[in-house]
Amino acid sequence: MATAFSATLPLHGSSQEIVLASPPDCLLLLLSSDPPVLSPFADSTRSISSISCRCPGNCQGEETHQSLLITKEEGLVLYEDMILGRSFEDMCAQMYYRGKMFGFVHLYNGQEAVSTGFIKLLTKSDSVVSTYRDHVHALSKGVSARAVMSELFGKVTGCCRGQGGSMHMFSKEHNMLGGFAFIGEGIPVATGAAFTSKYKREVLKQDCDDVTVAFFGDGTCNNGQFYECLNMAALYKLPIIFVVENNLWAIGMSHLRSTSDPEIWKKGPAFGMPGVHVDGMDVLKVREVAKEAVTRARRGEGPTLVECETYRFRGHSLADPDELRDAAEKAKYAARDPITALKKYLIENKLANEGELKTIEKKIDDLVEEAVEFADASPQPGRSQLLENVFADPKGFGIGPDGRYRCEDPKFTEGTAQV
Amino acid sequence: MSAIIHGAGAATALTTFNSKKLVAPCRTNLPARSKRCIVVAGSDDASKSFGSSSVLSVRRPQKLIANAVATKTDTSATTGHELLLFEALQEGLEEEMDRDPHVCVMGEDVGHYGGSYKVTKGLADKFGDLRVLDTPICENAFTGMGIGAAMTGLRPVIEGMNMGFLLLAFNQISNNCGMLHYTSGGQFTIPVVIRGPGGVGRQLGAEHSQRLESYFQSIPGIQMVACSTPYNAKGLMKAAIRSENPVILFEHVLLYNLKEKIPDDDYICNLEEAEMVRPGEHITILTYSRMRYHVMQAAKTLVNKGYDPEVIDIRSLKPFDLYTIGNSVKKTHRVLIVEECMRTGGIGASLTAAINENFHDYLDAPVMCLSSQDVPTPYAGTLEEWTVVQPAQIVTAVEQLCQ
Repeated sequence: MATAFSATLPLHGSSQEIVLASPPDCLLLLLSSDPPVLSPFADSTRSISSISCRCPGNCQGEETHQSLLITKEEGLVLYEDMILGRSFEDMCAQMYYRGKMFGFVHLYNGQEAVSTGFIKLLTKSDSVVSTYRDHVHALSKGVSARAVMSELFGKVTGCCRGQGGSMHMFSKEHNMLGGFAFIGEGIPVATGAAFTSKYKREVLKQDCDDVTVAFFGDGTCNNGQFYECLNMAALYKLPIIFVVENNLWAIGMSHLRSTSDPEIWKKGPAFGMPGVHVDGMDVLKVREVAKEAVTRARRGEGPTLVECETYRFRGHSLADPDELRDAAEKAKYAARDPITALKKYLIENKLANEGELKTIEKKIDDLVEEAVEFADASPQPGRSQLLENVFADPKGFGIGPDGRYRCEDPKFTEGTAQV
Repeated sequence: MSAIIHGAGAATALTTFNSKKLVAPCRTNLPARSKRCIVVAGSDDASKSFGSSSVLSVRRPQKLIANAVATKTDTSATTGHELLLFEALQEGLEEEMDRDPHVCVMGEDVGHYGGSYKVTKGLADKFGDLRVLDTPICENAFTGMGIGAAMTGLRPVIEGMNMGFLLLAFNQISNNCGMLHYTSGGQFTIPVVIRGPGGVGRQLGAEHSQRLESYFQSIPGIQMVACSTPYNAKGLMKAAIRSENPVILFEHVLLYNLKEKIPDDDYICNLEEAEMVRPGEHITILTYSRMRYHVMQAAKTLVNKGYDPEVIDIRSLKPFDLYTIGNSVKKTHRVLIVEECMRTGGIGASLTAAINENFHDYLDAPVMCLSSQDVPTPYAGTLEEWTVVQPAQIVTAVEQLCQ
């Protein structure tokens, strides 16, 4: 079955097309018939080939039967998730400039297709590991907007009790394993989560096919941890998907200026796993690729490296003046806004009408507003919270001169004990 | 009676010694601890020295006591088995792996090779290649992998083939190991044990002779312990595995072949407690790991000269057991710290600060700290010997402090 895995075209305008380099056990084939372009990355207006029909028996009509990638329900779920991501991040910008949140805040505007495309395929027990640009990954995974907003405001009701902040979104309930400030340091953690999955299956003999999805950027792909984990994941055949959100810029460093071979997907086969490039501005294409990668992982066939060509509409963070990026480049990607693209798809294929989509947008607006109100009204952490959570077992603070454990000191729970 | 410990020179050969008599298994639970895992107090006048005068009178022995630090023959230890320190570590690890299927090992050459110091010998055959995982050479990534596995339910024991290699894993140890419990608001626990041999060996060169305890000590959220005998090696290994906190267990390259008889039954050593090696009156000597043996060798000389040192193996490098240490300071009023860490920013430096802060009123003399020189450990044997604290220096320091 032909799928949406596509090869990129080489740099510098060569007219040759590359066959996806992949190990023999890769199920996927090259799909491309467009004329070569000068850009190193595939053009998003290339339409996806037809896939086997996804709608249930009662099709709307023959002309739609052959080309639908999603059902109406799925479409609305995807749309809602992307609108949530966009509205939430827009609200973050507002709140930041109003002095409600502080520090480094990295917004995800423009990249929603990647988060929605992957995470909406996962179950609750699958894990997601992200970077500092993690608000939307947390939301897609199921963490409530209230919990994320409160965390950003530094309130007790935040998902991490206000102790993590923007760059450390964690949720044990939803298996969101963070939120990491240094690039690349989440990838080994994701590898570990995938290792646990394999361990549960093979050592503990449990019925476990949980997968882990690790999100990170183009800058991370020059970092040692990335390569070390590609090696181990392929070696141990771990159920993990490495998702590169290549938005071409690491703060002010262009990907092309910092990488000897900018085609990141190629690095997968070097380690013995399939490497795939996909248009990250198109949620349906991402979803098709994700389906294949997740299924591979669940079947125990090992990891996949997926490079998503995407773009962030805002600066690296709210402190970034974003002066280096070319206006033409920004305009080009703005025209490929993933939300607009999905909306167009839904309407043209009669999966939804304007009214339904407007309802969703309104619902999300209300949700985000409510999240802000909730976060505003929530209390800030008290002094007593200072020393909690440093250790899972607070005996780790040791024994004081009086012979008692420091955590037995009543001032400990007040947060004023000498430790 | 207190324990006899032969000098560290014997570390290269098999050494037999009797550890302190075990009173009872160590208590590990909150709240108040009334009984701890300490040696049976031997000296008759051990309890009488509170408020002793500041002028120290040297006790003149009636006769030269040849083995003044010897224990009387341990008649109660008919149960128990003798083994080497690395075997004790292995035994502890194996028992915990038997007890809990979530305990696993990962590191370089831990599986088929059995561990570069044989601590994991035979475990891969017994538990399989996934539970005793041979990793590629990527400390940062496999330490991070251990942390991710710990967050999702496993209890990995991560081995650094040499502690120095864990410098490559510093990112993961500092940022993730220590911090994630806190930054996740308490949602995720990281019950890892990070262990490996460190310390100055026999002409291993600068990079293989590092003492990483000083680098890790500031990381909030981790605990550090150092083992020094087969008894506490097994006990600390087991306690560390069972702990919900991330624990770094420091072993020493030269101590793996120490032999001791240890109990047959299940026991653990409290992670936060120090170990009383030899009770005394005149001076408190605080030490850990290999230096314990240099101290005990010096103690022999000191006893013959009429001194009565109290030797404490602090064992818990972070946090310090200020109760045991404090009680000792209050009794002897003089403190000497003997460590293998570098002078600058080492464990001794932190301990000096802690003692000055908490027990200043009880001190009759400034806290003295003997540490290794601030030099990269040289290869040449003579130079290497001078970087590390030797028993003669310890004797001189005690004499100086007790004037």
